[in-house]
Amino acid sequence: MNLYAIRAIYGFEMARTFRTLLQSVVSPVISTSLYFVVFGSAIGSRIAEVDGVSYGAFIVPGLIMLSLLTQSISNASFGIYFPKFTGTIYEVLSAPVSYWEIVVGYVGAAATKSMMLGLIILATASLFVPLRIEHPVWMFGFLVLTAATFSLFGFIIGIWADGFEKLQLVPLLIVTPLTFLGGSFYSIDMLPPLWRTLTFFNPVVYLVSGFRWSFYGSSDVGIEVSLAMTLVFLAVCLALVAWIFRTGYRLKS
Amino acid sequence: MPPIIQVSGLSKTYATGFRALKTIDLEIMRGEIFALLGPNGAGKTTLISIICGLVNPTAGHVAVDGHDIVADYRAARSLIGLVPQELTTDAFETVFATASFSRGLFGKPADPAHVEKVLRALSLWEKRNSKIITLSGGMKRRVLIAKALAHEPSILFLDEPTAGVDVELRRDMWALVRELRATGVTVILTTHYIEEAEEMADRVGVISHGELILVEQKAELMRKLGRKQLILQLQAPLPAIPESLSAYELTLAADGNELVYTYDTQAERTGITMLLRALSEAGIRFRDLRTRESSLEEIFVSLVRESA
Ligand SMILES: Nc1ncnc2c1ncn2[C@@H]1O[C@H](COP(=O)(O)OP(=O)(O)OP(=O)(O)O)[C@@H](O)[C@H]1O
Ligand SMILES: [Mg+2]
Repeated sequence: MNLYAIRAIYGFEMARTFRTLLQSVVSPVISTSLYFVVFGSAIGSRIAEVDGVSYGAFIVPGLIMLSLLTQSISNASFGIYFPKFTGTIYEVLSAPVSYWEIVVGYVGAAATKSMMLGLIILATASLFVPLRIEHPVWMFGFLVLTAATFSLFGFIIGIWADGFEKLQLVPLLIVTPLTFLGGSFYSIDMLPPLWRTLTFFNPVVYLVSGFRWSFYGSSDVGIEVSLAMTLVFLAVCLALVAWIFRTGYRLKS
Repeated sequence: MPPIIQVSGLSKTYATGFRALKTIDLEIMRGEIFALLGPNGAGKTTLISIICGLVNPTAGHVAVDGHDIVADYRAARSLIGLVPQELTTDAFETVFATASFSRGLFGKPADPAHVEKVLRALSLWEKRNSKIITLSGGMKRRVLIAKALAHEPSILFLDEPTAGVDVELRRDMWALVRELRATGVTVILTTHYIEEAEEMADRVGVISHGELILVEQKAELMRKLGRKQLILQLQAPLPAIPESLSAYELTLAADGNELVYTYDTQAERTGITMLLRALSEAGIRFRDLRTRESSLEEIFVSLVRESA
């Protein structure tokens, strides 16, 4: 195993993150605060409680998931798209590294960054509402798993994209709608029956639900189901990445 | 000694259906400088890219120091350093960081002393903390070489190392390649220029339209290719070449305003002195003169014609 290579790629990507640390931190803090002003205070004052939790506190896990998903995808897709775009990818492709070492380096760094942001949002949220975390280990587990899975998904998008528009396309057309309809801001029980049924085809529902369970101990779907669905998505992404590197899809001609 | 690189039956057809490499068989010897000479689009970069793992071969095999480049890619690739044709560098990394990155990527533990040695050899040490984006084109090319040498490869590929490089840097580059060879590194470089192959290489392979037309010791090739032309601009146009000059290999050009003499640079005598004397005896006066080496294009034409 080429540990030095994993460390080199991971370190390179983290250095890129830290070069833009300020904007990486400031923008999620501001947007989280805005969500609290709009959803927590303005709307939340009209919604009493959801499942025995104040609305402001209820939306915290969903908000973190929202950022975790979008950040993971954008970090990872950009991380691999950019060297492809500039051509510097030649070096990684010519190096004695296996595909999964490349993946661990790039995806690991993207996941680390989005987890850091998730924790920053958690800290920001705690300034607005009293939080409690009933299952901290599970909470962290979901954080890691989601960050890794969606960074992997972003990595695939970054390899697939052959233009900057495509890089934005999937997050814009698929991920953002799914996260907003994924129960970040409401309990699924609040929906009419038809929508409730449709919602169960949305993978984000399971993530948000599982994550919220780790905070407040109640959830829309069972924790096992949440975990299983996340793992299924992870497995699908892993299989796709394996195929990409075996065939050299969009990487080698 | 077995060859350090063995290419057998290698061919490449791109997804577009374009056949960039026909069947290539080639052996690179340990410690030699091998120049791959060929015009634009001949397939030089394609060949190098396959050996380095950037392009999938359509058929055939390559072994690097006995390791198959597909089955045993780790062992094969850790021996190789690649300097690509395009100036593809990161923008915001520093010179030192990017060279250290390359070393790690190729599986070597950090060694600041070695990186320093490489940067000094390439006159980049002063710039070690500069961001790459702030460097000139020539410096960027040296950064790419530093990256390729950071992991102490035993084979170095230089894809057109002197394209867009000034005369001084070109000399430096040649000196560097010689130093590398002195330490036992095998160097494979591509070029459009015969002059460069002549200056640098031990052996030369000529590639055209995806085919290796010939592989020769340099000395032998230069004898074959080393033809030059002397062009005399006449004061008055000549309708035909006079009888008295029929012994020389002469042709008329530019509507009889130019007299072209083709000679062999490697021959004992070029015959120029005698020709000039004969011209003055024949009363042919000229305004100006210049010489011209046979261009690569012409050489290919003659080579292909010969091999046909
Ligand atoms: N990815 C690709 N898809 C299709 N055709 C390609 C691709 N890459 C190269 N080619 C074609 O293959 C041929 C060989 O290209 P290659 O880059 O190997 O030439 P070269 O000898 O390096 O030329 P140059 O001296 O200009 O660098 C060219 O005709 C080129 O257009
Ligand atoms: Mg080329």
